[in-house]
Amino acid sequence: MIVVNTGKFSLITIAVGAVVMAFSHWVNVDYLYFASYTILQFIVLATAWNILGGYCGYVNFGSAAFFAMGAYSSVFMHKFFPVPIPVLIVIGALVSGIAGLGMGYLTLRLRGSFFAIATLALAVVLQTLVVNWDFVGGSRGAYIIRPETLELPGGIEINYIEYLFFLMLSLAVFAIITARTIERSQLGFGFATIRDDEMAAEASGVPTLRVKLIATTISGAFMGMAGAPFPYYIGYLQPSSAFGLEYAVNSIAMPMIGGTTSWIGPLVGAILLGSAQQYATVTISSAVNLLIVGLMLVGFVIIAPNGIVGLVQERLRKWRQP
Amino acid sequence: MTALLHVDNISKRFGGFVALDGIDLEVQPGERLGLIGPNGSGKSTLVNCICGTLQNENGSVQFEGQPLDGLAAHQRTHRGLARSFQLPRPFHSMNLVDNLRVPLLYTVHSRLGPLRSAGDLDSRCLELLEMVGLAAKAKQMPRDLTQVEMRKLELARAVGAEPKLLIADESMAGLSHSEIDDILKLLMRLNERGITIIMIEHIMSAVMSFSQRLAVLVSGKKVADGKPEDVVRDPEVVRAYLGQ
Repeated sequence: MIVVNTGKFSLITIAVGAVVMAFSHWVNVDYLYFASYTILQFIVLATAWNILGGYCGYVNFGSAAFFAMGAYSSVFMHKFFPVPIPVLIVIGALVSGIAGLGMGYLTLRLRGSFFAIATLALAVVLQTLVVNWDFVGGSRGAYIIRPETLELPGGIEINYIEYLFFLMLSLAVFAIITARTIERSQLGFGFATIRDDEMAAEASGVPTLRVKLIATTISGAFMGMAGAPFPYYIGYLQPSSAFGLEYAVNSIAMPMIGGTTSWIGPLVGAILLGSAQQYATVTISSAVNLLIVGLMLVGFVIIAPNGIVGLVQERLRKWRQP
Repeated sequence: MTALLHVDNISKRFGGFVALDGIDLEVQPGERLGLIGPNGSGKSTLVNCICGTLQNENGSVQFEGQPLDGLAAHQRTHRGLARSFQLPRPFHSMNLVDNLRVPLLYTVHSRLGPLRSAGDLDSRCLELLEMVGLAAKAKQMPRDLTQVEMRKLELARAVGAEPKLLIADESMAGLSHSEIDDILKLLMRLNERGITIIMIEHIMSAVMSFSQRLAVLVSGKKVADGKPEDVVRDPEVVRAYLGQ
Protein backbone atom coordinates (compact mmCIF):
# COMPACT_ATOMS: atom_id res chain seq x y z
CA MET A 1 0.00 0.00 0.00
CA ILE A 2 1.19 3.48 -0.78
CA VAL A 3 1.46 5.56 2.35
CA VAL A 4 1.16 9.28 1.79
CA ASN A 5 2.27 11.52 4.62
CA THR A 6 0.04 14.27 5.98
CA GLY A 7 1.88 17.12 4.27
CA LYS A 8 1.66 15.49 0.85
CA PHE A 9 -1.94 14.51 1.42
CA SER A 10 -2.85 18.12 2.28
CA LEU A 11 -1.16 19.38 -0.88
CA ILE A 12 -2.95 16.79 -3.03
CA THR A 13 -6.33 17.61 -1.46
CA ILE A 14 -5.80 21.34 -1.92
CA ALA A 15 -4.77 20.71 -5.53
CA VAL A 16 -7.92 18.66 -6.16
CA GLY A 17 -9.96 21.48 -4.60
CA ALA A 18 -8.23 24.00 -6.90
CA VAL A 19 -8.98 21.88 -9.95
CA VAL A 20 -12.66 21.61 -8.95
CA MET A 21 -12.75 25.40 -8.46
CA ALA A 22 -11.09 26.08 -11.81
CA PHE A 23 -13.41 23.67 -13.60
CA SER A 24 -16.52 25.22 -12.03
CA HIS A 25 -15.31 28.71 -12.92
CA TRP A 26 -14.76 27.57 -16.50
CA VAL A 27 -18.26 26.04 -16.74
CA ASN A 28 -19.74 28.98 -14.80
CA VAL A 29 -23.37 27.88 -14.53
CA ASP A 30 -25.24 29.23 -11.50
CA TYR A 31 -27.22 26.04 -11.03
CA LEU A 32 -24.03 24.01 -10.85
CA TYR A 33 -22.79 26.24 -8.03
CA PHE A 34 -26.08 25.89 -6.16
CA ALA A 35 -26.21 22.12 -6.48
CA SER A 36 -22.51 21.55 -5.74
CA TYR A 37 -22.68 23.83 -2.71
CA THR A 38 -25.21 21.46 -1.13
CA ILE A 39 -23.04 18.44 -1.86
CA LEU A 40 -19.94 20.15 -0.44
CA GLN A 41 -21.91 21.16 2.63
CA PHE A 42 -22.81 17.52 3.14
CA ILE A 43 -19.18 16.49 2.72
CA VAL A 44 -18.33 18.81 5.65
CA LEU A 45 -21.29 17.60 7.73
CA ALA A 46 -20.65 13.91 7.04
CA THR A 47 -16.93 14.26 7.78
CA ALA A 48 -17.73 16.12 11.00
CA TRP A 49 -20.27 13.52 12.08
CA ASN A 50 -17.79 10.77 11.33
CA ILE A 51 -15.15 12.21 13.68
CA LEU A 52 -17.44 11.43 16.60
CA GLY A 53 -19.72 8.76 15.14
CA GLY A 54 -17.28 6.79 13.02
CA TYR A 55 -13.95 7.19 14.80
CA CYS A 56 -15.27 7.09 18.38
CA GLY A 57 -18.49 5.13 17.83
CA TYR A 58 -20.80 7.70 19.46
CA VAL A 59 -23.89 8.19 17.28
CA ASN A 60 -24.99 11.81 17.19
CA PHE A 61 -28.59 12.42 16.10
CA GLY A 62 -28.28 16.14 16.77
CA SER A 63 -26.22 17.19 13.75
CA ALA A 64 -29.00 19.55 12.69
CA ALA A 65 -28.65 21.42 16.00
CA PHE A 66 -24.94 22.11 15.46
CA PHE A 67 -25.56 23.06 11.85
CA ALA A 68 -28.38 25.39 12.89
CA MET A 69 -26.25 26.96 15.61
CA GLY A 70 -23.73 27.92 12.95
CA ALA A 71 -26.51 29.27 10.73
CA TYR A 72 -28.22 31.20 13.50
CA SER A 73 -25.01 32.69 14.83
CA SER A 74 -24.61 34.15 11.32
CA VAL A 75 -28.15 35.54 11.43
CA PHE A 76 -27.43 37.02 14.84
CA MET A 77 -24.20 38.65 13.65
CA HIS A 78 -25.91 39.87 10.48
CA LYS A 79 -28.37 41.84 12.59
CA PHE A 80 -26.02 42.76 15.39
CA PHE A 81 -22.75 43.56 13.66
CA PRO A 82 -22.30 42.44 10.05
CA VAL A 83 -18.92 40.88 9.28
CA PRO A 84 -17.58 39.00 6.23
CA ILE A 85 -18.58 35.36 5.84
CA PRO A 86 -15.12 33.89 6.61
CA VAL A 87 -15.35 35.58 10.01
CA LEU A 88 -18.87 34.19 10.41
CA ILE A 89 -17.48 30.72 9.73
CA VAL A 90 -14.99 31.17 12.56
CA ILE A 91 -17.78 32.40 14.84
CA GLY A 92 -19.98 29.44 13.85
CA ALA A 93 -17.10 27.08 14.62
CA LEU A 94 -16.62 28.66 18.05
CA VAL A 95 -20.31 28.60 18.97
CA SER A 96 -20.91 25.02 17.81
CA GLY A 97 -17.55 23.83 19.12
CA ILE A 98 -18.32 25.16 22.58
CA ALA A 99 -21.82 23.65 22.35
CA GLY A 100 -20.20 20.34 21.36
CA LEU A 101 -17.90 20.50 24.37
CA GLY A 102 -20.85 21.26 26.66
CA MET A 103 -23.02 18.56 25.16
CA GLY A 104 -20.15 16.10 25.48
CA TYR A 105 -19.61 16.98 29.10
CA LEU A 106 -23.29 16.50 29.91
CA THR A 107 -24.00 13.37 27.87
CA LEU A 108 -20.81 11.38 27.40
CA ARG A 109 -21.42 9.37 30.53
CA LEU A 110 -24.25 7.81 28.53
CA ARG A 111 -23.50 4.99 26.16
CA GLY A 112 -25.01 3.64 22.96
CA SER A 113 -28.61 4.50 22.25
CA PHE A 114 -28.88 6.67 25.38
CA PHE A 115 -26.25 9.03 24.03
CA ALA A 116 -28.05 9.16 20.67
CA ILE A 117 -31.35 10.02 22.36
CA ALA A 118 -29.68 12.75 24.42
CA THR A 119 -28.30 14.39 21.27
CA LEU A 120 -31.73 14.26 19.66
CA ALA A 121 -33.15 15.96 22.74
CA LEU A 122 -30.54 18.70 22.42
CA ALA A 123 -31.77 19.44 18.89
CA VAL A 124 -35.37 19.71 20.10
CA VAL A 125 -34.43 22.00 23.00
CA LEU A 126 -32.40 24.30 20.77
CA GLN A 127 -35.11 24.47 18.12
CA THR A 128 -37.64 25.49 20.75
CA LEU A 129 -35.23 28.14 21.95
CA VAL A 130 -34.73 29.59 18.46
CA VAL A 131 -38.46 29.51 17.65
CA ASN A 132 -39.02 31.71 20.68
CA TRP A 133 -36.10 34.05 20.12
CA ASP A 134 -37.48 37.05 18.31
CA PHE A 135 -34.18 38.77 17.55
CA VAL A 136 -33.16 36.04 15.08
CA GLY A 137 -36.62 35.90 13.53
CA GLY A 138 -38.36 33.42 15.83
CA SER A 139 -40.80 31.13 14.07
CA ARG A 140 -41.28 33.70 11.29
CA GLY A 141 -37.73 33.13 10.10
CA ALA A 142 -35.14 35.68 9.00
CA TYR A 143 -34.43 37.18 5.59
CA ILE A 144 -30.87 37.75 4.54
CA ILE A 145 -30.62 39.49 1.20
CA ARG A 146 -27.71 38.01 -0.64
CA PRO A 147 -25.81 40.53 -2.80
CA GLU A 148 -25.57 39.69 -6.51
CA THR A 149 -21.83 40.04 -6.65
CA LEU A 150 -18.86 40.38 -4.37
CA GLU A 151 -16.27 43.01 -5.05
CA LEU A 152 -12.75 41.82 -4.46
CA PRO A 153 -9.90 44.21 -3.74
CA GLY A 154 -8.63 45.44 -7.11
CA GLY A 155 -12.13 46.03 -8.45
CA ILE A 156 -12.76 42.48 -9.68
CA GLU A 157 -16.38 41.46 -9.26
CA ILE A 158 -17.32 37.83 -8.80
CA ASN A 159 -20.65 36.11 -8.68
CA TYR A 160 -21.79 35.80 -5.06
CA ILE A 161 -22.84 32.17 -5.39
CA GLU A 162 -19.43 31.40 -6.79
CA TYR A 163 -17.96 33.01 -3.69
CA LEU A 164 -20.15 30.84 -1.42
CA PHE A 165 -19.23 27.80 -3.46
CA PHE A 166 -15.54 28.65 -3.03
CA LEU A 167 -15.95 29.01 0.75
CA MET A 168 -17.73 25.68 1.09
CA LEU A 169 -15.16 23.97 -1.13
CA SER A 170 -12.38 25.32 1.09
CA LEU A 171 -14.23 24.08 4.17
CA ALA A 172 -14.63 20.63 2.65
CA VAL A 173 -10.90 20.50 1.85
CA PHE A 174 -10.10 21.67 5.39
CA ALA A 175 -12.46 19.10 6.95
CA ILE A 176 -11.02 16.22 4.93
CA ILE A 177 -7.43 17.18 5.74
CA THR A 178 -8.33 17.46 9.44
CA ALA A 179 -10.06 14.07 9.47
CA ARG A 180 -7.18 12.37 7.66
CA THR A 181 -4.61 13.99 9.99
CA ILE A 182 -6.53 12.87 13.07
CA GLU A 183 -6.78 9.32 11.72
CA ARG A 184 -3.00 8.98 11.56
CA SER A 185 -2.24 10.70 14.84
CA GLN A 186 -2.09 9.68 18.48
CA LEU A 187 -5.56 11.18 18.82
CA GLY A 188 -6.86 8.89 16.07
CA PHE A 189 -5.59 5.87 17.98
CA GLY A 190 -7.31 7.19 21.07
CA PHE A 191 -10.60 7.62 19.17
CA ALA A 192 -10.37 4.05 17.85
CA THR A 193 -9.74 2.61 21.33
CA ILE A 194 -12.93 4.32 22.51
CA ARG A 195 -14.89 2.78 19.65
CA ASP A 196 -13.45 -0.66 20.45
CA ASP A 197 -13.41 -0.85 24.24
CA GLU A 198 -13.43 2.05 26.67
CA MET A 199 -12.44 0.05 29.71
CA ALA A 200 -9.41 -1.41 27.96
CA ALA A 201 -8.58 2.08 26.68
CA GLU A 202 -8.51 3.48 30.24
CA ALA A 203 -6.37 0.54 31.37
CA SER A 204 -3.89 1.36 28.60
CA GLY A 205 -3.68 4.93 29.82
CA VAL A 206 -6.05 6.67 27.38
CA PRO A 207 -7.81 9.59 29.15
CA THR A 208 -11.14 8.57 27.61
CA LEU A 209 -13.29 11.47 28.83
CA ARG A 210 -10.84 14.08 27.56
CA VAL A 211 -10.43 12.30 24.22
CA LYS A 212 -14.20 12.09 23.77
CA LEU A 213 -14.60 15.78 24.59
CA ILE A 214 -12.01 16.62 21.94
CA ALA A 215 -14.08 14.59 19.47
CA THR A 216 -17.40 16.28 20.31
CA THR A 217 -15.75 19.71 20.12
CA ILE A 218 -14.09 19.15 16.73
CA SER A 219 -17.18 17.46 15.33
CA GLY A 220 -19.48 20.23 16.55
CA ALA A 221 -17.16 22.97 15.30
CA PHE A 222 -17.12 21.60 11.75
CA MET A 223 -20.91 21.30 11.71
CA GLY A 224 -21.13 24.92 12.84
CA MET A 225 -18.74 25.96 10.07
CA ALA A 226 -20.92 24.17 7.52
CA GLY A 227 -23.96 26.04 8.82
CA ALA A 228 -22.46 29.54 9.03
CA PRO A 229 -22.74 30.52 5.32
CA PHE A 230 -26.12 28.79 4.99
CA PRO A 231 -28.37 31.86 5.57
CA TYR A 232 -26.56 33.64 2.72
CA TYR A 233 -27.05 30.62 0.49
CA ILE A 234 -30.72 30.07 1.25
CA GLY A 235 -31.70 33.74 1.63
CA TYR A 236 -34.51 33.00 4.07
CA LEU A 237 -33.79 30.99 7.19
CA GLN A 238 -36.53 29.51 9.33
CA PRO A 239 -36.13 27.10 12.26
CA SER A 240 -37.76 24.19 10.46
CA SER A 241 -35.28 24.39 7.59
CA ALA A 242 -32.18 24.96 9.71
CA PHE A 243 -33.12 22.16 12.12
CA GLY A 244 -34.44 20.05 9.23
CA LEU A 245 -34.54 16.28 9.46
CA GLU A 246 -32.48 16.02 6.29
CA TYR A 247 -29.34 17.30 8.05
CA ALA A 248 -29.56 14.84 10.91
CA VAL A 249 -30.41 11.95 8.62
CA ASN A 250 -27.94 12.77 5.86
CA SER A 251 -24.99 13.32 8.16
CA ILE A 252 -25.55 9.83 9.57
CA ALA A 253 -26.50 8.09 6.33
CA MET A 254 -23.61 9.44 4.26
CA PRO A 255 -20.76 8.07 6.43
CA MET A 256 -22.70 4.84 6.96
CA ILE A 257 -23.08 4.31 3.23
CA GLY A 258 -19.54 5.39 2.45
CA GLY A 259 -17.86 3.65 5.39
CA THR A 260 -17.14 5.02 8.84
CA THR A 261 -13.59 3.97 9.62
CA SER A 262 -11.72 6.35 7.33
CA TRP A 263 -11.93 9.89 5.95
CA ILE A 264 -12.80 8.64 2.48
CA GLY A 265 -16.10 7.02 3.54
CA PRO A 266 -18.02 10.22 4.34
CA LEU A 267 -16.59 11.82 1.20
CA VAL A 268 -17.78 8.98 -1.05
CA GLY A 269 -21.13 8.76 0.74
CA ALA A 270 -21.76 12.51 0.55
CA ILE A 271 -20.91 12.72 -3.14
CA LEU A 272 -23.02 9.68 -3.99
CA LEU A 273 -26.07 10.50 -1.86
CA GLY A 274 -25.79 14.24 -2.39
CA SER A 275 -25.71 13.87 -6.18
CA ALA A 276 -28.55 11.36 -6.13
CA GLN A 277 -30.64 13.80 -4.12
CA GLN A 278 -29.85 16.72 -6.38
CA TYR A 279 -30.74 14.61 -9.38
CA ALA A 280 -34.02 13.51 -7.79
CA THR A 281 -34.86 17.08 -6.80
CA VAL A 282 -34.61 18.24 -10.39
CA THR A 283 -36.10 15.24 -12.15
CA ILE A 284 -38.74 13.96 -9.74
CA SER A 285 -39.46 16.19 -6.77
CA SER A 286 -37.66 17.58 -3.76
CA ALA A 287 -39.83 15.50 -1.44
CA VAL A 288 -38.27 12.30 -2.78
CA ASN A 289 -34.92 13.22 -1.16
CA LEU A 290 -35.34 11.54 2.17
CA LEU A 291 -37.00 8.52 0.62
CA ILE A 292 -33.86 7.95 -1.44
CA VAL A 293 -31.68 8.29 1.64
CA GLY A 294 -33.85 5.85 3.56
CA LEU A 295 -33.89 3.25 0.82
CA MET A 296 -30.15 3.48 0.22
CA LEU A 297 -29.44 3.25 3.94
CA VAL A 298 -31.56 0.12 4.27
CA GLY A 299 -29.93 -1.35 1.19
CA PHE A 300 -26.41 -0.67 2.36
CA VAL A 301 -26.98 -1.91 5.89
CA ILE A 302 -27.98 -5.23 4.33
CA ILE A 303 -25.48 -5.52 1.46
CA ALA A 304 -22.47 -3.64 2.83
CA PRO A 305 -22.62 -3.07 6.60
CA ASN A 306 -19.14 -1.54 6.50
CA GLY A 307 -20.06 0.86 3.71
CA ILE A 308 -18.64 1.15 0.24
CA VAL A 309 -15.10 1.53 1.56
CA GLY A 310 -15.48 -1.64 3.64
CA LEU A 311 -16.88 -3.50 0.64
CA VAL A 312 -13.98 -2.45 -1.59
CA GLN A 313 -11.40 -3.33 1.07
CA GLU A 314 -12.92 -6.76 1.50
CA ARG A 315 -12.90 -7.40 -2.26
CA LEU A 316 -9.28 -6.28 -2.45
CA ARG A 317 -8.28 -8.61 0.35
CA LYS A 318 -9.98 -11.56 -1.32
CA TRP A 319 -8.41 -10.64 -4.64
CA ARG A 320 -4.91 -10.49 -3.12
CA GLN A 321 -5.15 -13.81 -1.29
CA PRO A 322 -7.20 -16.14 -3.49
CA MET B 1 11.21 -0.98 53.09
CA THR B 2 7.99 0.79 52.11
CA ALA B 3 5.36 -1.25 50.33
CA LEU B 4 4.79 -0.70 46.61
CA LEU B 5 1.05 -1.13 47.00
CA HIS B 6 -0.76 -0.48 50.23
CA VAL B 7 -4.48 -1.22 50.36
CA ASP B 8 -5.95 0.11 53.56
CA ASN B 9 -9.35 -1.04 54.75
CA ILE B 10 -11.25 -0.65 51.48
CA SER B 11 -14.93 -1.49 51.09
CA LYS B 12 -17.26 -1.63 48.12
CA ARG B 13 -20.99 -2.24 47.96
CA PHE B 14 -23.27 -2.89 45.03
CA GLY B 15 -26.69 -1.91 46.38
CA GLY B 16 -27.24 -4.12 49.40
CA PHE B 17 -24.49 -6.55 48.48
CA VAL B 18 -21.16 -6.05 50.22
CA ALA B 19 -18.53 -7.04 47.65
CA LEU B 20 -15.50 -5.94 49.67
CA ASP B 21 -15.53 -5.56 53.41
CA GLY B 22 -12.52 -3.82 54.89
CA ILE B 23 -9.68 -5.35 52.89
CA ASP B 24 -6.05 -4.67 53.87
CA LEU B 25 -3.26 -5.75 51.59
CA GLU B 26 0.40 -4.88 51.16
CA VAL B 27 2.64 -5.78 48.27
CA GLN B 28 6.41 -5.30 48.43
CA PRO B 29 8.47 -4.23 45.41
CA GLY B 30 9.48 -7.23 43.29
CA GLU B 31 7.07 -9.59 45.04
CA ARG B 32 4.94 -12.28 43.41
CA LEU B 33 1.59 -12.39 45.17
CA GLY B 34 -1.14 -14.92 44.47
CA LEU B 35 -4.71 -13.85 45.16
CA ILE B 36 -7.26 -16.65 45.37
CA GLY B 37 -10.80 -17.13 46.52
CA PRO B 38 -14.02 -18.86 45.46
CA ASN B 39 -16.18 -17.37 42.68
CA GLY B 40 -17.86 -14.16 43.78
CA SER B 41 -15.45 -13.61 46.66
CA GLY B 42 -14.52 -10.13 45.43
CA LYS B 43 -11.17 -10.71 43.69
CA SER B 44 -12.06 -8.85 40.53
CA THR B 45 -13.81 -6.10 42.48
CA LEU B 46 -10.62 -5.63 44.49
CA VAL B 47 -8.60 -5.38 41.27
CA ASN B 48 -11.13 -2.90 39.88
CA CYS B 49 -10.85 -0.77 43.02
CA ILE B 50 -7.05 -0.84 42.93
CA CYS B 51 -6.96 0.05 39.22
CA GLY B 52 -9.63 2.72 39.36
CA THR B 53 -12.23 0.99 37.20
CA LEU B 54 -14.44 1.15 40.28
CA GLN B 55 -14.09 3.66 43.09
CA ASN B 56 -14.06 2.22 46.59
CA GLU B 57 -16.38 3.80 49.17
CA ASN B 58 -14.16 3.49 52.24
CA GLY B 59 -10.48 3.18 52.86
CA SER B 60 -7.65 4.09 50.56
CA VAL B 61 -5.18 2.69 48.07
CA GLN B 62 -1.59 3.90 48.09
CA PHE B 63 0.95 3.27 45.40
CA GLU B 64 4.63 4.06 46.10
CA GLY B 65 3.44 5.97 49.16
CA GLN B 66 1.09 8.20 47.14
CA PRO B 67 -2.69 7.94 47.58
CA LEU B 68 -4.55 6.95 44.42
CA ASP B 69 -8.04 7.72 45.69
CA GLY B 70 -10.22 9.59 43.24
CA LEU B 71 -7.81 9.09 40.35
CA ALA B 72 -9.24 7.73 37.11
CA ALA B 73 -8.02 4.40 35.76
CA HIS B 74 -5.79 5.98 33.10
CA GLN B 75 -4.06 8.16 35.70
CA ARG B 76 -3.24 5.07 37.74
CA THR B 77 -1.88 3.39 34.62
CA HIS B 78 0.35 6.43 34.09
CA ARG B 79 1.66 6.01 37.65
CA GLY B 80 2.78 2.46 36.89
CA LEU B 81 -0.13 0.19 37.65
CA ALA B 82 -1.23 -2.08 34.82
CA ARG B 83 -3.72 -4.89 34.57
CA SER B 84 -4.90 -7.54 32.20
CA PHE B 85 -8.58 -8.36 32.01
CA GLN B 86 -10.14 -11.67 32.96
CA LEU B 87 -11.85 -11.84 29.57
CA PRO B 88 -9.41 -10.47 27.01
CA ARG B 89 -10.49 -7.06 25.72
CA PRO B 90 -8.38 -6.38 22.65
CA PHE B 91 -8.99 -3.39 20.39
CA HIS B 92 -10.88 -5.27 17.68
CA SER B 93 -10.38 -2.86 14.81
CA MET B 94 -6.58 -2.73 15.15
CA ASN B 95 -3.93 -5.26 14.27
CA LEU B 96 -1.66 -6.61 16.99
CA VAL B 97 1.09 -4.02 16.55
CA ASP B 98 -1.41 -1.19 16.82
CA ASN B 99 -2.98 -2.78 19.88
CA LEU B 100 0.39 -2.49 21.62
CA ARG B 101 1.00 0.98 20.25
CA VAL B 102 -1.83 2.35 22.40
CA PRO B 103 -0.18 1.98 25.84
CA LEU B 104 3.12 3.14 24.37
CA LEU B 105 1.57 6.26 22.86
CA TYR B 106 -0.62 7.13 25.81
CA THR B 107 1.27 5.91 28.87
CA VAL B 108 4.96 5.63 28.11
CA HIS B 109 4.89 8.81 26.02
CA SER B 110 3.16 10.82 28.69
CA ARG B 111 5.57 9.58 31.32
CA LEU B 112 8.80 10.20 29.45
CA GLY B 113 7.69 12.91 27.08
CA PRO B 114 7.62 12.28 23.34
CA LEU B 115 11.05 10.69 23.20
CA ARG B 116 10.21 7.92 20.83
CA SER B 117 10.38 8.28 17.09
CA ALA B 118 7.98 6.31 14.89
CA GLY B 119 10.74 3.75 14.28
CA ASP B 120 11.39 3.30 18.00
CA LEU B 121 7.69 2.78 18.55
CA ASP B 122 7.48 0.09 15.90
CA SER B 123 10.50 -1.78 17.21
CA ARG B 124 9.22 -1.57 20.78
CA CYS B 125 5.84 -3.02 19.67
CA LEU B 126 7.61 -5.88 17.89
CA GLU B 127 9.79 -6.50 20.94
CA LEU B 128 6.66 -6.87 23.05
CA LEU B 129 5.12 -9.25 20.52
CA GLU B 130 8.32 -11.29 20.44
CA MET B 131 8.28 -11.48 24.22
CA VAL B 132 4.89 -13.21 24.10
CA GLY B 133 5.70 -15.19 20.96
CA LEU B 134 3.27 -13.41 18.64
CA ALA B 135 5.75 -11.60 16.41
CA ALA B 136 4.76 -13.70 13.37
CA LYS B 137 1.19 -12.45 13.67
CA ALA B 138 2.05 -8.76 14.04
CA LYS B 139 -0.18 -7.62 11.18
CA GLN B 140 -3.11 -9.89 11.99
CA MET B 141 -6.29 -8.84 13.71
CA PRO B 142 -7.28 -9.98 17.23
CA ARG B 143 -10.16 -12.04 15.79
CA ASP B 144 -7.58 -14.31 14.08
CA LEU B 145 -6.03 -15.30 17.42
CA THR B 146 -6.62 -18.39 19.53
CA GLN B 147 -7.70 -18.09 23.15
CA VAL B 148 -4.17 -18.46 24.55
CA GLU B 149 -2.78 -15.97 22.03
CA MET B 150 -5.48 -13.51 23.00
CA ARG B 151 -4.39 -13.78 26.64
CA LYS B 152 -0.79 -13.26 25.67
CA LEU B 153 -1.79 -10.16 23.74
CA GLU B 154 -3.67 -8.95 26.81
CA LEU B 155 -0.54 -9.40 28.94
CA ALA B 156 1.68 -7.80 26.31
CA ARG B 157 -0.56 -4.74 26.22
CA ALA B 158 -0.41 -4.43 30.00
CA VAL B 159 3.38 -4.79 29.94
CA GLY B 160 3.49 -2.22 27.12
CA ALA B 161 2.56 0.43 29.67
CA GLU B 162 5.87 -0.37 31.41
CA PRO B 163 4.26 -0.94 34.80
CA LYS B 164 5.89 -1.33 38.18
CA LEU B 165 2.98 -3.48 39.30
CA LEU B 166 1.16 -5.88 37.00
CA ILE B 167 -2.14 -7.43 37.99
CA ALA B 168 -2.91 -10.53 35.94
CA ASP B 169 -6.60 -11.30 36.38
CA GLU B 170 -7.18 -15.00 35.61
CA SER B 171 -4.94 -15.04 32.58
CA MET B 172 -4.95 -18.84 32.54
CA ALA B 173 -8.61 -19.77 32.90
CA GLY B 174 -9.65 -22.32 30.31
CA LEU B 175 -6.15 -23.00 29.01
CA SER B 176 -4.43 -26.38 28.63
CA HIS B 177 -1.47 -27.49 30.80
CA SER B 178 1.19 -26.55 28.27
CA GLU B 179 -0.48 -23.21 27.65
CA ILE B 180 -0.56 -22.54 31.39
CA ASP B 181 3.17 -23.28 31.55
CA ASP B 182 3.70 -20.79 28.71
CA ILE B 183 1.94 -18.01 30.58
CA LEU B 184 3.66 -18.92 33.87
CA LYS B 185 7.08 -18.70 32.26
CA LEU B 186 6.15 -15.37 30.78
CA LEU B 187 5.04 -13.99 34.14
CA MET B 188 8.23 -15.29 35.80
CA ARG B 189 10.36 -13.58 33.15
CA LEU B 190 8.52 -10.31 33.74
CA ASN B 191 9.06 -10.65 37.47
CA GLU B 192 12.78 -11.24 36.92
CA ARG B 193 12.86 -7.92 35.08
CA GLY B 194 11.68 -6.28 38.29
CA ILE B 195 7.95 -6.05 37.72
CA THR B 196 5.92 -6.79 40.84
CA ILE B 197 3.06 -9.15 40.01
CA ILE B 198 -0.28 -9.93 41.59
CA MET B 199 -1.73 -13.08 40.06
CA ILE B 200 -5.39 -13.88 40.45
CA GLU B 201 -6.05 -17.46 39.61
CA HIS B 202 -8.23 -20.49 40.21
CA ILE B 203 -5.71 -23.04 38.98
CA MET B 204 -4.00 -24.01 42.24
CA SER B 205 -0.95 -25.73 40.71
CA ALA B 206 -0.13 -22.51 38.85
CA VAL B 207 -0.72 -20.30 41.87
CA MET B 208 1.38 -22.52 44.16
CA SER B 209 4.35 -22.68 41.82
CA PHE B 210 4.24 -18.95 41.06
CA SER B 211 3.46 -17.19 44.32
CA GLN B 212 5.86 -16.21 47.05
CA ARG B 213 2.89 -15.21 49.16
CA LEU B 214 -0.78 -16.05 49.01
CA ALA B 215 -3.81 -14.01 50.04
CA VAL B 216 -7.30 -15.51 50.22
CA LEU B 217 -10.58 -13.66 49.84
CA VAL B 218 -13.86 -15.17 50.96
CA SER B 219 -17.15 -13.24 50.71
CA GLY B 220 -15.38 -9.89 50.47
CA LYS B 221 -13.11 -10.49 53.46
CA LYS B 222 -9.47 -11.46 53.54
CA VAL B 223 -9.29 -14.68 55.54
CA ALA B 224 -5.64 -15.59 55.11
CA ASP B 225 -2.36 -14.04 53.99
CA GLY B 226 1.05 -15.70 54.22
CA LYS B 227 3.33 -18.38 52.84
CA PRO B 228 1.45 -20.46 50.23
CA GLU B 229 2.06 -23.80 51.92
CA ASP B 230 0.77 -22.46 55.26
CA VAL B 231 -2.22 -20.72 53.73
CA VAL B 232 -3.56 -23.78 51.94
CA ARG B 233 -3.51 -25.67 55.24
CA ASP B 234 -5.36 -22.89 57.05
CA PRO B 235 -8.64 -24.40 58.35
CA GLU B 236 -10.68 -21.36 57.32
CA VAL B 237 -9.39 -21.53 53.74
CA VAL B 238 -10.08 -25.25 53.56
CA ARG B 239 -13.59 -24.63 54.87
CA ALA B 240 -14.25 -21.93 52.27
CA TYR B 241 -13.16 -24.13 49.42
CA LEU B 242 -14.42 -27.53 50.48
CA GLY B 243 -17.26 -26.69 52.82
CA GLN B 244 -17.59 -28.15 56.28
